[in-house]
Amino acid sequence: MDNVKSLPRAQPAAVTAANEPDGFQFAGSRRDSLRRKLVERSVHAVLFLCAVISILTTTGIVITLLGETIQFFGEVPIVDFLTGTRWTPLFASKSFGVLPLVNGTIVVALVAIVVAVPIGLLTAIFLSEFAPARLRGIVKPVLEVLAGIPTVVYGYFALQFVTPILRDIFPQTQIFNVASAGIVMGFMILPMMASISEDALRAVPSDLRQGAYALGATKFEVVSRVVVPGALSGILAAIILSISRAIGETMIVAIAAGLQPQMGFDLLRSMETMTAYIVQVSLGDTPQGGIEFRTIFAVGTLLFVMTLVMNLLSDLLVRRYREAYE
Amino acid sequence: MINLRIDTRASDVAVSPSENGQSDVILMTRNLSFWYGNTLALESIDSDIRPREVTAIIGPSGCGKSTYLRCFNRMNELIPGARIDGSIIFRNKDINDRSVDPVEVRRQVGMVFQKPNPFPKSIYDNVAYGPRVNGYKGDMDEAVETSLKRAALWDEVKDDLKKSGLALSGGQQQRLCIARALAVQPDVLLMDEPCSALDPIATTRIEDLIRELREQLTIIIVTHNMQQAARISDRTAFFTVAESGAGTLVEFNETQKLFTTPADERTEAYITGRFG
Repeated sequence: MDNVKSLPRAQPAAVTAANEPDGFQFAGSRRDSLRRKLVERSVHAVLFLCAVISILTTTGIVITLLGETIQFFGEVPIVDFLTGTRWTPLFASKSFGVLPLVNGTIVVALVAIVVAVPIGLLTAIFLSEFAPARLRGIVKPVLEVLAGIPTVVYGYFALQFVTPILRDIFPQTQIFNVASAGIVMGFMILPMMASISEDALRAVPSDLRQGAYALGATKFEVVSRVVVPGALSGILAAIILSISRAIGETMIVAIAAGLQPQMGFDLLRSMETMTAYIVQVSLGDTPQGGIEFRTIFAVGTLLFVMTLVMNLLSDLLVRRYREAYE
Repeated sequence: MINLRIDTRASDVAVSPSENGQSDVILMTRNLSFWYGNTLALESIDSDIRPREVTAIIGPSGCGKSTYLRCFNRMNELIPGARIDGSIIFRNKDINDRSVDPVEVRRQVGMVFQKPNPFPKSIYDNVAYGPRVNGYKGDMDEAVETSLKRAALWDEVKDDLKKSGLALSGGQQQRLCIARALAVQPDVLLMDEPCSALDPIATTRIEDLIRELREQLTIIIVTHNMQQAARISDRTAFFTVAESGAGTLVEFNETQKLFTTPADERTEAYITGRFG
C-alpha cells in the first residue's frame, strides 16, 4: 500500500483497472478512466479558482478599507469620529463627527422599512396563502419587474414625482428631503421583503396547515396563528436584510435626500446619508490622499460593519428557523 | 349559520335503537362519489358508521381509504379541483349542505394525521390551539390537562408543558396530536394511518389509547395493517380499486366476521395476502 501512495496521482486508478479480472474489463477503459479523471480534476480546479477569486476580491476590499481607515484614525481620534455630531470635513473648520451621517442613514432606512415591511409582508401572505395560482402568476412577475428597475430611476422618481406631491401636501417640504427618498426606497426593497417572506411562509409544512384546519380553525386563524408564527424567523430575516439593503442603498438618497449632514428626525428636511457622502466625495474635486478623502474609507468601513452585522444576524435567524422543522 | 351541535343534541333523542341495542348510526354516506379534477377517486359509497365503535378502513394503496376518511371533516375541499357528490349524513344533517360551515363540521369531527404534525409551539399551546380558535371560555389549564390525560401523555409531559411539541419523540408527538384533537371535544375522531410512522412500542400505546377512547367517542381509522384492524376495531370496511380505477367499498361488516368469513372473494384474497 505504501508503494501505491508514493506513485503519481493518476497511477492508482490505472493500477486498479489493470488488476481487475478480465471479465470486467471494457475496451479502452484504461484510457477512458484517465480522461475522466483529467476532466474531473480540471472542472474541480476551475470551480475552485472562481471561488478563490471572489474570496480574494473581498479580502482585497476589506484590506484597502481597513488600511485607509487606520491611517484616518491616526489623525482623527476614533471616539471623536463615533460620537461627534458635526460632520464638516470639507469645510475650513473641520469636524469629523460621523453621527449626522449615521442619523440620516437610519432615518431614511426607517422610513423605507415602515413602507416595505407591512406592504411586503401582507403581499407575501396574500401570495402564499390566498392568491389563486393564476393571480399569483401575474403578481409575482410584476414584483420581479419592480426589483429590476435601476435605482437611479427610483431616485429621479422620488425627486420628480414624490417630492412635488409631498410639497403640495406639506408646503414646508424641502426640495431634497428624507421622506421622499425613504418612501421610494421602501418600494424598491418591497419585492425583496415580499419574496423572502413568501419563501418563509411556503416553507411552513402543509401538514401544519391541515392540522390547524382539522381543529376547526378558519383560514385567517390558520394563517395568523400557525403559518405566520411558523415562518417568524424567516420573516425577521427578511426584515433585517431589507434594513441592510436600505442602509447600503446609494442612488436614491444621493439624488433625492440631499447632501446636508444633520441630526434630527424631521422627514421633510434634507439629510445626508453615509452612502450619499461617499458619492459626493468620490465624484467631487476632493484631492486624493488627504484627510478629507480618507473620510470616505472610514465612513465606508462603518457602513460595511453595520451591514455585516445585519447580514450575520439574519443568517443566524434563518438557521434557527430551518432547525424548527427537522 | 346553522349550529350543528344544537341539531345533534335534538336528534340524539330521535335516533332509534338498532337490532343489537346500540344507537343506530352517527355517520352515513349514500351514493358518495369523489373526484380529483377529472379522476374519479371514490365511486358510489354507501356506508353506515355506528357511534362509540372503532371502524377500521382497510384496502390496498390507491383504493381511496384516505379520501373517504377526509370526506367526513370536509378536508378534501381544501384541495383545488376536488368535487364531491352524494350525501354524508352526520346525525340527520348533510355536512355538505350549503348551510353548513366546514369549520363547524371540523369542530365535531376531529382528525389525527399519518405523520405527527405538532405545531412549532409549546406542548401547552399545541393542545390549547383548538379550544382557543373555537372561543373556549373555561379554564384552559384544566382543558389542557384533561386532554393530555385522555391521550395518555400527561404523566410524561406534565413538568414540561413549556417545551416545544417538536422536542417530543415520534410516538409522543402523535399522542400530543391526539390530545390536541380531543381538546376540541369532537364526537368523532378520524385517524389516517396514525401509527405508520411509529415504532412497535409507540404503536402499542396508541392502540391501547384507541381502545380507551372508544368508550367516549366514535373512531374511524384508516390502516395499512390488517392485524391492527383486527386488534382494535369493532367493524371493518374493505375498499379496493375497481376496474374503472376508482375506489369502491367491497365489504363492510363486523371485524370478526370480515376476517373469518368474508362474504366477497376479493376481501378473502386481500386478507389472506393474495393481493394488495
